[in-house]
Amino acid sequence: MPEKGGGKPRRYSAIGLLRHGLTDVDWPRAWRSHPLKDRYDVVVVGGGVHGLATAYYLAKNHGVRDVAVLDKGYLGGGGSGRNTAILRSNYLTPEGVRFYDRSLTLYRTLAADLNFNVMFSRRGHLTLAHNDGSLRTMRWRAEVNKLQRVDSAVIGPREIAKLVPYLDVSRDVRYPILGALYHPPGGIIRHDAVVWGYARGADALGVHLHQDTEVTGIDVASGKVTGVRTSRGRIATPVVVNATAGWSTLISDMAGVSMPVSTFPLQAAVTEPVRPFLDTVVVSGTLHVYVSQTDRGELVFGASVDPFTSYSTRGSLDFAEGLAGHVLELMPALSKMRLLRQWAGLCDMTPDFSPIMGPTPVGGFYVDVGWGTYGFKAGPVSGETMAECVANGRTPELISAFGLDRFADGRLVGEKGAAAVGH
Amino acid sequence: MIQLPCPWCGPRNVTEFRYAGERTPRPDPGTATPRQWRAYLYLRRNPCGVVEENWYHTAGCRRFFTLHRDTASNAVKETR
Repeated sequence: MPEKGGGKPRRYSAIGLLRHGLTDVDWPRAWRSHPLKDRYDVVVVGGGVHGLATAYYLAKNHGVRDVAVLDKGYLGGGGSGRNTAILRSNYLTPEGVRFYDRSLTLYRTLAADLNFNVMFSRRGHLTLAHNDGSLRTMRWRAEVNKLQRVDSAVIGPREIAKLVPYLDVSRDVRYPILGALYHPPGGIIRHDAVVWGYARGADALGVHLHQDTEVTGIDVASGKVTGVRTSRGRIATPVVVNATAGWSTLISDMAGVSMPVSTFPLQAAVTEPVRPFLDTVVVSGTLHVYVSQTDRGELVFGASVDPFTSYSTRGSLDFAEGLAGHVLELMPALSKMRLLRQWAGLCDMTPDFSPIMGPTPVGGFYVDVGWGTYGFKAGPVSGETMAECVANGRTPELISAFGLDRFADGRLVGEKGAAAVGH
Repeated sequence: MIQLPCPWCGPRNVTEFRYAGERTPRPDPGTATPRQWRAYLYLRRNPCGVVEENWYHTAGCRRFFTLHRDTASNAVKETR
């Protein structure tokens, strides 16, 4: 329901915080709910960071405000709320590095832009190398990164030990640490806050956010999108943006567009909170694990995707056992830590570990999918470029390499060396 | 952990197997156009439901077999 007094949410400020603290008055809702209209200029399917950012930048940068964001569950309930919230831009291909670095630039000022505390902590990102092969890839990545003016360098065990004192850098272990790719601008952020910030920002600009609204079909007539069928009724629209993760194949199928996507679950886990001791993000590709400590003190562990496709988000004990073994290999001092919970999210893997963005053979049907294990960090730049793509009808330079047609033409953008595990 | 019924070894833990991907019909390499061949290489049905897929029993008989699995529940329907 619209809030009293004009409807737009008030700006958050220190004075407002003080007033609410003293008066104990409830905070107004961050975004409104609207009745579902039977027509929108643009319908975005998927209310995660990608869909909400697309809607936000459509309204903010291009003045397209007749936009609906549909989600079959609640906002940020999919990949946006299940990732490990790590941000970085030290990728392997020049296209990838430029793209993700733009995202990091947007993330840096996001709190001020959205008037929402997204708690970005630039704490540095370490990708460990345990063998000559991965050390070689680190050097390759560092050189590609430097050419794109991204702060990234290979460092040795002595410097690693200074950055992360709890890491076992001795040589007589199964997976000795030979070096690491150090990326100081990387860090972590509060992923729910990013979703809520974009939702609130989009709502303030007139975008309609519809939760509990499942898309059941997409109407296509003579090669063009004409509407979307949902669990709450039909919406006529000339433009549909598929911004789903996990379900991207199913939504694209509704429009008759085939996808080079396979859906795999990825499991993650979090420990009980402890005092701060880890102020970098530590990643090991060989051990399939990444570790960071949140502002609340919990350690967040992520892994690589499960070994076979599935739409099930059930966790498994063998994952927790394997994860614990790998974490202890890196940091033996954590042996007394207790896991609080584990969960799984769905990852739409593409053959080249790069996303699929832009138009499709169906007119008015755009995709922003195939986000595998690297979707969250790309949220802002994806929203910005997809909004530009939809509003201008032209694919922006930054995402021109990520089109769906690259698979038919054989122009793949191989990012496996930088995206497979390191988040 | 789920178990898979290997047609030669019987039910075993899934960790004994290697997932070898969804079964996709292979066009004739002699006559297929590059576009058809790349569709075979990259496009997947990826359904949320029953899918026909290949598995390899790495830690057992080391043979390939085909099974039908429901990707929503991971329940195995049929092996061959």
